Amino acid sequence: MENKLFDLAGIEISWCPGCGDFLILDSIKKALAELGLTPLDVVVVSGIGQAAKTPHYMKSHFFNGLHGRALSNATAIKAANPALEVIAVGGDGDMYGEGGNHFIHTVRRNPGITNLVYNNMVYGLTKGQASPTSPRGFRTATQVDGVQSAPFNPLAVALSLGATFVARAFAGNGEQTKEIIKRAVRHKGYALVDIFQPCVSFNHVHTYKWFRENTYTLEGHDEGDFDAAMKLALLEEGPFPLGTLYCKEGIAPFEETLAAYRKDKRPLFQREAPREAAREVLAAMGR
Amino acid sequence: MLFSSPAGRQDVCCVISGAAGLGIQTVEDMLARVIVDEGFCVFGSREYMSRVRGGNNSTELRVSSEPVDALIDRIDILIALSRNVRQNILERISPHTVILGDRDELKGELEDRGASFVHIPLSSLAKEAGGAIYSNSIAAGALLGVLGLGTEGAAAFYRDRFAGKDDVVTKNIAALEKGYGLGAPLGGEGGVLAGRPRSKGGKKTILNGSDAVALGAMAAGCNFVTAYPMSPATGVLSFFYRHAAEAGAVVEQTEDELAAINMAVGASYAGARPMVTTSGGGFALMAEGLSLAGVVEAPLVVHLAQRPGPATGMATRTEQADLELALHSGHGEFPRAVYAPGTMESAFRLTQEAFASALRFQTPAIVLTDQYFVNAFHNLDESALQWLEEPSLLPETGGDYRRYEDAPDGCSPMGVPGWGKGIVGADSHEHDEVGHVYEDFHLRTRMQDKRMRKLDGLTARAVPPRLFGPGNYRNLVVCWGSTLPILREALAGLDRDDTALLAFEQVWPLAPSSAAMLEKASFIAVAEGNSTGQFARLLRAEFGVKADKKILKYNGLQFSVEEASAMLAGALPAKGGDR
Repeated sequence: MENKLFDLAGIEISWCPGCGDFLILDSIKKALAELGLTPLDVVVVSGIGQAAKTPHYMKSHFFNGLHGRALSNATAIKAANPALEVIAVGGDGDMYGEGGNHFIHTVRRNPGITNLVYNNMVYGLTKGQASPTSPRGFRTATQVDGVQSAPFNPLAVALSLGATFVARAFAGNGEQTKEIIKRAVRHKGYALVDIFQPCVSFNHVHTYKWFRENTYTLEGHDEGDFDAAMKLALLEEGPFPLGTLYCKEGIAPFEETLAAYRKDKRPLFQREAPREAAREVLAAMGR
Repeated sequence: MLFSSPAGRQDVCCVISGAAGLGIQTVEDMLARVIVDEGFCVFGSREYMSRVRGGNNSTELRVSSEPVDALIDRIDILIALSRNVRQNILERISPHTVILGDRDELKGELEDRGASFVHIPLSSLAKEAGGAIYSNSIAAGALLGVLGLGTEGAAAFYRDRFAGKDDVVTKNIAALEKGYGLGAPLGGEGGVLAGRPRSKGGKKTILNGSDAVALGAMAAGCNFVTAYPMSPATGVLSFFYRHAAEAGAVVEQTEDELAAINMAVGASYAGARPMVTTSGGGFALMAEGLSLAGVVEAPLVVHLAQRPGPATGMATRTEQADLELALHSGHGEFPRAVYAPGTMESAFRLTQEAFASALRFQTPAIVLTDQYFVNAFHNLDESALQWLEEPSLLPETGGDYRRYEDAPDGCSPMGVPGWGKGIVGADSHEHDEVGHVYEDFHLRTRMQDKRMRKLDGLTARAVPPRLFGPGNYRNLVVCWGSTLPILREALAGLDRDDTALLAFEQVWPLAPSSAAMLEKASFIAVAEGNSTGQFARLLRAEFGVKADKKILKYNGLQFSVEEASAMLAGALPAKGGDR
């Protein structure tokens, strides 16, 4: 069944022909439709980069903010209106580089948002420089002698900070990616899906073929086993596992812990100014 | 008579100095409460070093029958809790200052200064009372004794403040009474305040600048506050954490200022009424986010509490040097409003106004305060606080909703995601009416014009400056922000019938009516707390009016009334003369 609920008509997509982003976009739209969501239930939030163009290519509410800051915007949107399904999308440079500090602290904060990271291990928008996830020795026009820094390991970092849903997907496996996204969206709390994505223009090492040969689907893995998940996350050489490495339910997400909702369940946009409470606070200053 | 100085003066000025960590703030709160409950007016100002323990900080308390609201240099009574009293206090000790201190602690310091030095054995009495931490209550008791204000009010304060900790209450009250016994005989019959009129009822609310801003925000319906702690802006964050449930506000201490402002903009998009609170260094980090609020047309209020820069500057001191930062922060061009309240009443009202204009024009508004202002407090009548109109709730969107629909005043109807049938978009790029990135040079011009048209509305709404003094002035003293009460008192003391004060409490956009008020003067002096005359420069750029004199202070401390008075006397043309 072809579900076109999240399709946006009359658009010109500026991704390169063959880009893995097309496949991820397709998986996202199908996942949301299969979950029974509508474009009015969902806010897609992004920063800057090729992946961050996603909200302009599908039908839903959208917030395309600054480079690196999507998780801050997304956390706040969820906190201001917990009824919204908030999905923060971006690339490895956007989420792990420019937004690295927010990545760390969003995992700790645990808002009920879904974080999809299109990880192609290279910068696309700025034309081919190394990204935080590029492996050592990866040569580019700017890293002429190859990358010197150790690659950023998003899965291990997220696990070490207490993330309650950590998964890895591959754009080329559309059906599997869709299923992982569905679980991530349903998860209560912060959910990270790092999605291997081939960049056909600037990454000639990590191609569709390379990812096919260097990944495998997790089977018989205990998602509640933190140590096993960490071991998988820390693999430096392939093959890399695809699927949900870790999932733990039952931890209250950020927005449910807020004092703002203790007495009043309405989203913030429906609230009047608390004049009576303000007058009481003021009165206390006269005593 | 020991205390000859206060006789015949409008107010009695008491200063308590001591190391950080001695609990001076509790004592300060207590004394203010007692003074007000006893029917007097109080003004307080605190200056402190950037350290948790040690050093030497001070609190000034002006006590008067009539309202007082400005910092002065004169010290009538100095209570020194710790040695190593700093130069800024020593310079203020006059031949009329009576000093109370413990000879054992001060080790000879201050004994040859002022009108007289009175030894009070704080250390030994504190030991008897239960430990060194009680020295502040003994000192406070001594001051209450000198003033003749009784111990009942103080005891009630301690019972309330330390409710449930009976031992702490009992020991503090005992310490207070010991001090009172020492102080009362010094103050003469009925104490230093004897014979001064007291008012019963009214003016019982004690408000500091930080709480005035926070309460104004709460009154305006602020329901989302994010910040990274930074002196002197943290008080507003603490206020909202304390009152988050009653305010119905999401309050979060973020990992950095970038997160703070980007959360605020995201929340604004979702229909919250957000505020961030920060100081210059943190605000510098927020610049890109401010620009984002401009282009996505997100209502947003920034509380910017200034302290001296550049960079880390002086963390706990005051300055007015971030005016130009507030005016120009953020790349590209977008409309904004900047308020600079001069009084507690104004801070309450103008913070509401900042929310109102941010919501009305869907753009950032900045409330500029400073360390002096957020820490200063005085008593006032609750009825003096103005409550502006409450914000109205946002309507539901229709199916054909477009977030950036063109509008004559530049303000597209605001809708939020999850409320109505429309798709709500926002984009940091230049965008079309829906909010999608679209590069078209005609669209760009149209959208930029749409956003900037909002500046016309903001200008029409701008709060005009306040004039104090004769309407037919020849000379005009101009100030902005927290210096208002100080210059007002300084100018009143000069008794000039040819000179008025023009105090700006909105510094962008400037009310067009200001031009005529400035042009009417044949001499203009601009007084401000920075080294280059930023506001004077703004007046010249906006109105072509050049300041004849700039009165500047930038050593980290606020102008005092006496200092402003001397600077004005030196700057103003001779009475009746030409410049």
